[in-house]
Amino acid sequence: MQAGGLTATELFCRRGDRFLFGSLSLRAAPGDALHLVGPNGTGKTSLLRLLAGLLLPTPPSGAIEWQGTCGYLDGRPTLDEHLPLSEALAFWTRLDRAAEVPLERLGLAALTDIPVRYLSTGQRKRAGLARLIGQGADHWLLDEPLNGLDREGAALVEALIAEKRAAGGAVVVASHQPLALPSAQVLDLRKFLPSPAGRGRGWGNDVSAEPPPQPLPAGEGLS
Amino acid sequence: MSTFLTLLRRDCAQLLLGGRRGGALLPVLFFLAVAMLYPFAVGPDAPLLARTGGGVIWVAALLAAILPLDRLIEPDLELGLFDQFALRGISEEGVVAVRVLAHWLSFGPPLMLAALPASALVGIDGAQLRLIEWGLLAGTPGLAALGVLVAAITAGLRGGAALGGLLVIPLAVPLLVFGAGSLSAGGEAGLALTGAVSLVLLAITPFAGAAAIKSSRG
Repeated sequence: MQAGGLTATELFCRRGDRFLFGSLSLRAAPGDALHLVGPNGTGKTSLLRLLAGLLLPTPPSGAIEWQGTCGYLDGRPTLDEHLPLSEALAFWTRLDRAAEVPLERLGLAALTDIPVRYLSTGQRKRAGLARLIGQGADHWLLDEPLNGLDREGAALVEALIAEKRAAGGAVVVASHQPLALPSAQVLDLRKFLPSPAGRGRGWGNDVSAEPPPQPLPAGEGLS
Repeated sequence: MSTFLTLLRRDCAQLLLGGRRGGALLPVLFFLAVAMLYPFAVGPDAPLLARTGGGVIWVAALLAAILPLDRLIEPDLELGLFDQFALRGISEEGVVAVRVLAHWLSFGPPLMLAALPASALVGIDGAQLRLIEWGLLAGTPGLAALGVLVAAITAGLRGGAALGGLLVIPLAVPLLVFGAGSLSAGGEAGLALTGAVSLVLLAITPFAGAAAIKSSRG
């Protein structure tokens, strides 16, 4: 369907005074899945937000090219907390006017009258998935989509991803939990730590190495 | 176009009706409470009340506009709403402009209505009341814009709500000076100046507020 998918070249990312990754290039053709792995704090969420256009790449370079629209799901369902689930979803439906939301399949059909703030963690995740599906975007960026979901829910997410890929979408997933993504590329962010030369403090190629404790300069207290 | 109507509908439902967060009623009650307390504090001196009552109504309107500040931008930022808008190519400028309109609808016209009983409470006559109403019509859009702007700047800060209130007060001084000044003899030109300040704030807010929201994304 869509030619191209996602191409990102020469991305650098700095958060505060920490360089997270550098010179990262990736490509996801339609139907591809990309599984981001790496310990906490290596920049999986930052990379997803970069790809979504919510963060700007740190200079000197970086280009991200999408063909088609892109949906993003993180830990928040992004639904109005005090509204019943059906009304909270209806806002996005009116805005997107795109796909039908399979509430039954997501296990939400019985919950439509319940305000979003009363939903459990797993139900909120399912509600977020409902919003994502309703957007009808061509490609998906998923940040820890399995968090809080039961085994059945995890299988559902895997099935949804497989269907999205079959329909010609590219899916980028950051997940610590094992996730069945057939023939997915695995991108380990530890491989993209900036070289120790020049950038940052104490960043080697060994991710387990802590930066050596810096002695406090005279006159500067603990913050 | 229908995107912005959808946004306006949601914003009005949030701000005007308020869900469980107070809505438009709270600022109006606060405004009336100030107008009611003032005669108690000053005493039954009708000429004094009539002379100073207009200024009190303006101060009460300004303070009432500060009340909903913490729910203008912050909750939506936490919800991730602006991220989702950005993904859909809905500009922050447009979202902020719609928010200003919804915020004004939720407190401008209600305050203008509440000014009728409030002016009766402090014994203001018909001519003064007309000036107050015109002044509020010219000034409340500026207050709405200022509120949204400051809410956008302080969203995500620790103690942002309290800080926001403090920031609005000095920035609202021109509106107060011209708005309340229009009530004194020969001060009618103050109405035009109030309107001018409002227009400047309305013109700046969508861009400055959008810049604040974008930068809070980090």
